[in-house]
Amino acid sequence: MSVFDIVFCIVALVTIGSAAIVVLSRSLIYSAFALLFTFFGVAIVYVMLGADFLAATQVLVYVGGILILLLFGVMLTHRLYNLNLKTETFQLIPGLLIALAVFTSLALAATQTHWKRVEKPVAATTETIGKLFMEEYLLPFEIASILLLVALIGAAMLVRRRSDA
Amino acid sequence: MITLQHYLLLSAALFSLGVFGVLTRKNAVNVLMGIELILNSANINLIAFSRYSSHGLDGQMFAVFVIVVAAAEVAVALAIVLTMYRLLKTVSLDRADTLRR
Repeated sequence: MSVFDIVFCIVALVTIGSAAIVVLSRSLIYSAFALLFTFFGVAIVYVMLGADFLAATQVLVYVGGILILLLFGVMLTHRLYNLNLKTETFQLIPGLLIALAVFTSLALAATQTHWKRVEKPVAATTETIGKLFMEEYLLPFEIASILLLVALIGAAMLVRRRSDA
Repeated sequence: MITLQHYLLLSAALFSLGVFGVLTRKNAVNVLMGIELILNSANINLIAFSRYSSHGLDGQMFAVFVIVVAAAEVAVALAIVLTMYRLLKTVSLDRADTLRR
């Protein structure tokens, strides 16, 4: 095993372990902080796949944005004096069966299929991605910006306090 | 030797954990965390295929758009959760069973 393989195993273990804590922990705060390690683990996997721009975006958007929003969600939906932020579970057996079935089928598909692989050298991607955004992917780029604007306005509209209510 | 299969297996594990979380959690915010796990596993797949294919960076571009949509999704979803908390005084999904009151 090379160093790369060992690092991948460690990162995969940390990612899957913290993801398991996210879905199994009884405490919402533990779940949120375990999600932090999952996001960082996924960012490291991106680096190992040679996607440097994606890894930086992952850290900025997921850790800096989405995780903070989720923590806000946890804090705002519980009374502040109620510090044991416990969560309940239901449908444990069907959920476990479905998750196991999904994992088995995905793992079988991943291992049994004969993937055509191209070995190519790892290169910096940021410049290429920037050019692709401005040329080939210009329309999706603009649509994504409109989507973000709509989501921003929609979220603000949803949570505003109505004066007539 | 780490190849495509290992990344696919990692993403399959993340995906099924996310599905398990979405199916079994009662708290709406916790269900959102499961959805984030699912989106991350999809991104790992996209980037792994992009790494081992001859098609340039198309997979990575898709992953960027997935991240954008995830950010929009979590903002709107949290707005809905906060509205639900204000109306029902709970974020437990099995008690959100009325259309209006």
